[in-house]
Amino acid sequence: MWGARSEILHLTAEHVFLVFVAISIAVAIGVPVGILMTRRPRIGKPILAFANVIQTIPSLALFGFLIPIPYIGGIGTSTAVIALLLYSLLPIIRNTFTGISGVEPAVREAARGMGMTDSQILWQVEIPLSLGVVFAGIRVATVIAVGVATIAAAIGAGGLGMFIFRGTSMLDYRVILAGAIPAALIALAADFGMSALEKHFMRERRS
Amino acid sequence: MHRMVSVKVQLEFRNVQYAVSSGRKLVNGISFQILQGEMLVLLGRSGSGKTTLLKLVNRLLEPTAGEVLVSGRNTHSWDPIQLRRHIGYVIQEVGLFPHFNVARNIGLVPSLEAWPPQKISARIQEMLRLVGLDPDIYGRRYPHELSGGQRQRVGVARALAADPPVLLLDEPFGALDPITRAELQREFRELHRRLGKTMIFVTHDIREAFLLGTRIGLMQEGRLVAIVTPDEFLTLDHDEARAFAGCLQ
Repeated sequence: MWGARSEILHLTAEHVFLVFVAISIAVAIGVPVGILMTRRPRIGKPILAFANVIQTIPSLALFGFLIPIPYIGGIGTSTAVIALLLYSLLPIIRNTFTGISGVEPAVREAARGMGMTDSQILWQVEIPLSLGVVFAGIRVATVIAVGVATIAAAIGAGGLGMFIFRGTSMLDYRVILAGAIPAALIALAADFGMSALEKHFMRERRS
Repeated sequence: MHRMVSVKVQLEFRNVQYAVSSGRKLVNGISFQILQGEMLVLLGRSGSGKTTLLKLVNRLLEPTAGEVLVSGRNTHSWDPIQLRRHIGYVIQEVGLFPHFNVARNIGLVPSLEAWPPQKISARIQEMLRLVGLDPDIYGRRYPHELSGGQRQRVGVARALAADPPVLLLDEPFGALDPITRAELQREFRELHRRLGKTMIFVTHDIREAFLLGTRIGLMQEGRLVAIVTPDEFLTLDHDEARAFAGCLQ
C-alpha cells in the first residue's frame, strides 16, 4: 500500500513537471508571438492557421509523429514536453492576440496622443489591460495539457498515464483511477488557481 | 524678428493636404495661423475633415503635402513623442486608462517626463482642483467609478498636467447630457481665459462654437471655407455658414 502511495505521488510530480515545463515554454513563445501578430497583422493569419492545424492532430498521433524526428524527437520526456508545448500554443497565442487587439481604441489613441512610445503603450497599457484574457488562454492550455499529458506515458515520458495504460491492459479500473483521479484533481486545481488570477486581472480592467 | 508683434504665432498650417492611399483627400489646401492664447473652434459636419486636421497637429497623421508648424517648427522636424508631450490631447471617448486611478491618469505625462514624484503629486492635486474635483475624494477613484462629466474633467486635467502650450480637443463634450455639457462648456471657457493656452476645439455644435471660440474655422468637404470671429460668422456669404447659423434660431 505504501509503495502504491509513493508511486502515485511520484507519477503525479512527474505529470505536473511535464505540464509545467511545457506551459512555461508555451507562454514564453506564445505571448510574444501573439503580441507580434498585433503589430504585423499580415503574419497573423498563417501563424493562427499553423497553430490550428497542430490542434487538430489527434494527440496520440502527434506523440507518434514526433518520435522519429531527429533532435527534438525520440523516446522520453523532451518529446512529450514538445508535444504538449505544441498543443498549448494555440490558446495562448490566440488569447494574447485577442486580448491586445481588444484594448479599447480610444485608450490606445489617447496613449499615442499623449506621447507614449510604442513600448510604453505595450507595457503600461496593452499588456496590463489584456492580462485577464491572456490568463484565460493559459488556463485553457494548462487544463488541456494536464489531460493530454496522460498520453506521454505511451512514449516513455512517465506521468499519471502510466497508471491508466497499465490499468487498461490489466483491465483493472482501480489502477486506471489511480491515474485518472489525480490527473483530474491537477486539472481542477490548475483551473481554479488560474481563474482566480484571471478574475483578479479582469477586475482591474473594468471601464 | 517681429519686435512690434507682441503675440506670437503658435500654430500654422501652410497649404496642407492629407490624402489616404486611395488618393482621396480628407483635407486639402488648408492654410491658417493661430496666435498664442487663441481658441480656434473647427466647425463642420461629420466627415468634413475636422478630426483629420486636428491629428495633423500632433502627428497622429502626417500631411501628404504642405507643412504644419508648431511653436515655429515644422512638425516633421519634431520628435513625434516630444511633440505630443508638448500638446495636450482630449478626445470625446476620453480614453482614460481603466487600470489607472484618477491621480495616476492625470500624472501620466509628468511621470513619462520623469518629474520628481513630489512635483507630480502636487501637480495632480492642482489639476484636480482646477477642473473642480476634490483631490481627496477623486484621486483614488478609478475611471469606472466616475460619471461621464467627471471623466471628461479628468481628461482635461490629464491633458493639462504637463503644462503644454497647445491643447487639442476633439468633441470633448459631445457624449455628455445637455446639462452637464453646458456646465462643462462654461467652466472650460473660464479655464481657457485663465490659462491663456492655445487651443483647437473640434465640434459640430454651432452653439458650442459661439460660446467658446475666439475664432471659428468652418470646414466643408476637407476645405477650410472660412476662418472668422463669431460676429463675422453670422454675416458670411456662404451656404454652409448660413446652414449652421440657421441652427442658432
